Amino acid sequence: MVASGIAPLAAMLMSVIVFAGASMVASAQLLAQGTPAALIILATLFINLRFMMYSASLRLHFARLPLRWRLLIAYLQADNVYGLTLARFAEHPQDGEKLEFFLGAAIPIWLAWQGAVLAGILIGAGVPASWRLDFAAPLAFIAMTVPFLRDRAMIAAALAAGLTVVAANGLPLRLNLLLAALAGIGAGLAAEKKAA
Amino acid sequence: MSSPIWLTIAGMAVVTYALRASFLLLPASVQTPPLLKRALRFVPAAVLTAIWAPELLLQNQVLYVSLENERLLAGMVAIAVAWRWRLTSATIAAGLIALHFFDWLI
Repeated sequence: MVASGIAPLAAMLMSVIVFAGASMVASAQLLAQGTPAALIILATLFINLRFMMYSASLRLHFARLPLRWRLLIAYLQADNVYGLTLARFAEHPQDGEKLEFFLGAAIPIWLAWQGAVLAGILIGAGVPASWRLDFAAPLAFIAMTVPFLRDRAMIAAALAAGLTVVAANGLPLRLNLLLAALAGIGAGLAAEKKAA
Repeated sequence: MSSPIWLTIAGMAVVTYALRASFLLLPASVQTPPLLKRALRFVPAAVLTAIWAPELLLQNQVLYVSLENERLLAGMVAIAVAWRWRLTSATIAAGLIALHFFDWLI
C-alpha cells in the first residue's frame, strides 16, 4: 500500500479502523489512480458485502449476547476468523463457549494482521518471492473449507461457488465473489431439496 | 497530507463496519426466517471456496486447467491432505511442498 503512494501513517490507520485486506489493496490502487473518495468508498461497500452474510450467519450464534460484545464481534470479523469459528461451531454445535472461541481466534489474528501490516510498512517485502509463501493463504482457506464438505448439499455449494467465481472473474469490484456466494447458496439449497 | 485520504479512510471504515454490524445489531427477539437460516448454512463453504478457487484455477485472470498448472496440482494435494487429516498446519505444509515439487518437476 505504501508502495502505491499512501503515507505510512494513513496505511496503518486504515489497517486498524477498516481492518479488511481486500478493500485496502483495492483502495490503494484506486487512490494511486486519483479516484474520487466517494467512488473508493462505494467500491469498498461492494468488496466487503460478504461481511453482511457473515453478520447474519454469526448472529445465529451470538444474538443473545450483550450489545457491547456484538459490537466487538462485528469489528473483528474477517474471512479467516469467520471460517475458523463456523468450522468449530459446525463440529461442536453444543459448545457453550462460543464467544471465547471466537475471541480466541479473532484476537491473535487481529494482532498478527496488524503486526504484518506494520512490518510491511517498515521493511517492505522482506521474504524472497521465490519461497512462494503467498500460496499459504489459499492453502489455509482450503484447510478451513474442507471440514464443511460433509454432505452432498455442501459439496454442491462449494462446487457452484468455485465455478462461478472463476467464470465471473471479469466482473469489477470482486463482484464475482458475491455472485459465487449466491450461486453456492442456491446450489446448496437445491441439492438439499432434492435429497429431502 | 491532503484531507481526502482521511475522508476516504473514514468512509471506508464506516461502510465496512456497517456491513459487519448489520445483522448482529438486530435484537435477539427478531427470529431468523427458516429459509434464510437454511441459506446461511451454505455461506462458509461457498464464500471460502470462492476465495481460494481463483488462486488455483486462474493465471493472469484467465482459466488455466492443465497438468502444467502447479498451483492447481498443489491445491489438489492440499485438499486431499485436508480431507484425510483435517489439520491446517499439515495442509499448508503439504501444499507448499507440493507447489515447489511440481514447480521443479514441470
